[in-house]
Amino acid sequence: MVFGRTVLVNGMSATVLEKQQVFSAGRCGKDVRSDLRATFGPRSSGGIEIELISRVATYYGESIRTQALDALQQMGVVDCLLTIEDEGALPFVIAARIEAAVRRAWGGKGKRVLPERTAKQTPLQRDRLRRSRLYLPGAEPKYFISAALHAPDAVILDLEDSVHPDEKDAARILVRNALRAVDFGACERMVRINQLPLGLADLEESVPESPDLILIPKTETPKQVVDVARKIAEIKRHHAMSDPIWLMPILESALGIENAYEIAKADDHVVALTIGLEDYTADLGVAKTAEGMESLYARTRLVNAAKAAGVQAIDSVIGDVGNMDGLRTWGERSRAMGFEGMGCVHPGQIPVIHQAFAPSQAEIEKALKIVAAFDDAKAHGLGVVSLGSKMIDPPVVNRAIKLVERAKAMGVVPSGDLTIR
Amino acid sequence: MLTEIETELVKNAAGRLVPTLVNGSDQTPYLGVGQYHPAGRKAAPLIRSNKDYPEDGDKRVPDLETALRLCGVRDHMVISSHHHLRDGDAVAVQALETAARMGVKDLMWFPSASFPSQKTVIDLMESGAVHHIEGSMNGPLGDYCSRGKMRGMGVLRSHGGRWQAIQDGEVHIDIAVIAAPTADPFGNCTGSVGKSACGGLGFALADSMYADKVIVVTDNLVPFPCVPWQIQGNNVDYVVEVPSIGDPAKIVSGTTQITRSPDRLLIARYVAEFLRDAGIMRDGFSFQAGAGGIALAFVDYLRQMMKEAKVKARFVRGGSTKYLVELLNEGLTDYVLDGQTFDLDGVRSLATNSRHVSTSPFTSYNYHGKGNIASMIDAVVLGATEVDVNFNGNVVTHSDGRLLHGIGGWQNCLFAGCTILALPSFRDRIPVIVDEVTTLTGPGELIDVVVTERGIAINPRRQDLIDATKGSKLPIRPIQDIQKEVFAICGGKPQKPKLTDRPVAVVKWVDGTVLDTVWGLS
Repeated sequence: MVFGRTVLVNGMSATVLEKQQVFSAGRCGKDVRSDLRATFGPRSSGGIEIELISRVATYYGESIRTQALDALQQMGVVDCLLTIEDEGALPFVIAARIEAAVRRAWGGKGKRVLPERTAKQTPLQRDRLRRSRLYLPGAEPKYFISAALHAPDAVILDLEDSVHPDEKDAARILVRNALRAVDFGACERMVRINQLPLGLADLEESVPESPDLILIPKTETPKQVVDVARKIAEIKRHHAMSDPIWLMPILESALGIENAYEIAKADDHVVALTIGLEDYTADLGVAKTAEGMESLYARTRLVNAAKAAGVQAIDSVIGDVGNMDGLRTWGERSRAMGFEGMGCVHPGQIPVIHQAFAPSQAEIEKALKIVAAFDDAKAHGLGVVSLGSKMIDPPVVNRAIKLVERAKAMGVVPSGDLTIR
Repeated sequence: MLTEIETELVKNAAGRLVPTLVNGSDQTPYLGVGQYHPAGRKAAPLIRSNKDYPEDGDKRVPDLETALRLCGVRDHMVISSHHHLRDGDAVAVQALETAARMGVKDLMWFPSASFPSQKTVIDLMESGAVHHIEGSMNGPLGDYCSRGKMRGMGVLRSHGGRWQAIQDGEVHIDIAVIAAPTADPFGNCTGSVGKSACGGLGFALADSMYADKVIVVTDNLVPFPCVPWQIQGNNVDYVVEVPSIGDPAKIVSGTTQITRSPDRLLIARYVAEFLRDAGIMRDGFSFQAGAGGIALAFVDYLRQMMKEAKVKARFVRGGSTKYLVELLNEGLTDYVLDGQTFDLDGVRSLATNSRHVSTSPFTSYNYHGKGNIASMIDAVVLGATEVDVNFNGNVVTHSDGRLLHGIGGWQNCLFAGCTILALPSFRDRIPVIVDEVTTLTGPGELIDVVVTERGIAINPRRQDLIDATKGSKLPIRPIQDIQKEVFAICGGKPQKPKLTDRPVAVVKWVDGTVLDTVWGLS
């Protein structure tokens, strides 16, 4: 990508640069935080020159220069002027922006500059809790570093709708570096790729960094899932990776809903289906309302298809971050319909969603009694489970066992005496 | 190491190098908390007689220049002002500019705080009318001082320290200029009403009591009596009526906003939960919180928790905002004790609710008295620019050494039962928990808890708080652990800024001793 602007620098460099193209990546400015703009000006002689303007120059000026020089050398740059306008970017962001600027100059090609890797976590269960997944725009690094502190079940590094078409390449590199260098704690690390074929390039960068799950947007056919799964398998083979990478197709159209079951069954790695209501209601040509009547069919259909395929059903997001009451109501209704979680666009939504998807204390207590009765019956070799004078059917027992397991995972089972009272 | 005025530097009890002479006055280096024992009698203004004042009580003069001339303004005088009008104030600069026009030189400006809109005082320092400032300096004024351009040394005092300095005779005010949102011709003033209403006028109280001459400037003159008066006309020499004392939009912002930053909201929630889990939030407790984004969010979280636990505070101190007013109106506190009023809800409440009470630095903060409110408060939530691993705090300088903030009531509040610093663990990649603070503003022995988005550190000196929060789900960790994590995120320890060995300002402790030095930027 060529930006037709010339960097103003003092002295000789300016004359050299006047006729040359420069290539920028990242953002700077008064209102920008934790990012930088790297402007790469290739030239034919003069070695590497780095000009640094940084609000943290007093503290990390030397560190930024050393890192920048190192990155350029790793990429094989011999002669250039690199201008860095820094707003306090962290090292993994600095590396990503420099790499993106150089690759823009080189038609997208160029060696990766990989930041140090944080400790790799153990692979996550396919049926783990997925109550909340926090969207992090892939072009906006300032939200990455603290995302896990808000304790969502998952973070989504988003390369799709939150990233401008012109920024896909840079975001891809930034997200890759975040997967390597940012500690997301106990969160499941999800990446929302773009639709294929653009999404193939997203997979090339992300998969080697072992994300836990890939969200496939605008899925309408099983083939889309198969294509993504094949590509992931190919990259994993190439890098000799064995840990599973789960898939969550997002159904965002009438056709996608019609094919929900086949999509869920398209590949073994699919662990959940979710729905994108903005696109879905647009496809229907109806308004998205707070009550959600217009999507009731799609959502119940999705829940049914997911359960039939043995995967989780996950609901959409509520974009109005100021309306916590509306979010709570939506979440409670959603849980009652059979969904197991929702997306969030602001950390403030996380506790509200966790509350909405948690079983009530009365439900938990009842389930605990049933499970205890079941254990008791098993211990005595009885085939029939009874609680007081009531017979308990096997599906009721199964539901109680599932509920207790989930409640335990959520940390909402009261500690202490769990026996029958 | 000597400056142009041959100041000797000595190491004080905190291990900081401080000058022994500041602007011609001998100084006592900081001796430790509670180690300095004052002696002697308080300062007092001259004895006056009613025979020299109009019997009808009408002290009006046509303009500020006349008032200054009648006050005998001349070179080297100390002129004071208060900051209740904040960034909207038009009176302080006007008084200094008027004196400058009259040909007066080398004044010392002694504001209770300065604001960015008062940066024109730089021109007065350049022209020689103002010699130096003793008071908070932020923004352009802080920058000017940091770069060593001020002829005298800056002296930073807390709100309580300013009262102490006036009362103990360390600073003698020649002329106090008091901007008053409402006044009568006798000089009684209130800040509660009028088009430029700002709430209380407590910061001007010492000035009115101890200055040689007192000028009241108002844009809302009412016939005697102006009641209830916050400043007594019996201390006032002249009253000047002007069209406007300031810009009401900047006097109170109108809206004080809770932070929307997810990390800061998390910090605020941790603070509230800490007070709950430590058992500090209980019936009849008290707390203080300012008007910053985190502090406001903290009040909102605490309010919900107080309701859930059916707990009520006896009093809340602030900087009042609509959030404190809501507590009062919902019956969650018996009283709001207000040092300065930050928004219109606060101004209205102070004017109309007898349980919303205006306080002064004397009642709240002064350390050389027979006690104060600050030390009676159960918990206070404060900010800081830096804190070190020994819990020492800095509020006056940025990590690069530049003067950034005044001390305000910060030092005085450290005497609360539980002092909490609520801060992000890093700002723009700059770690906030450092090995040693750039400028010592508060001794670590008085700072009990540091709350960041990455964890809560309890001062090891407070075993009682550590015990009280055992079993809490909060992320309580050693301060060194949080620091280590942040260094890892930020790419290592930051470089140290290079500063000169030239003192440009000193930080006073609440007892008037010198706690630390601000060094000139290179």
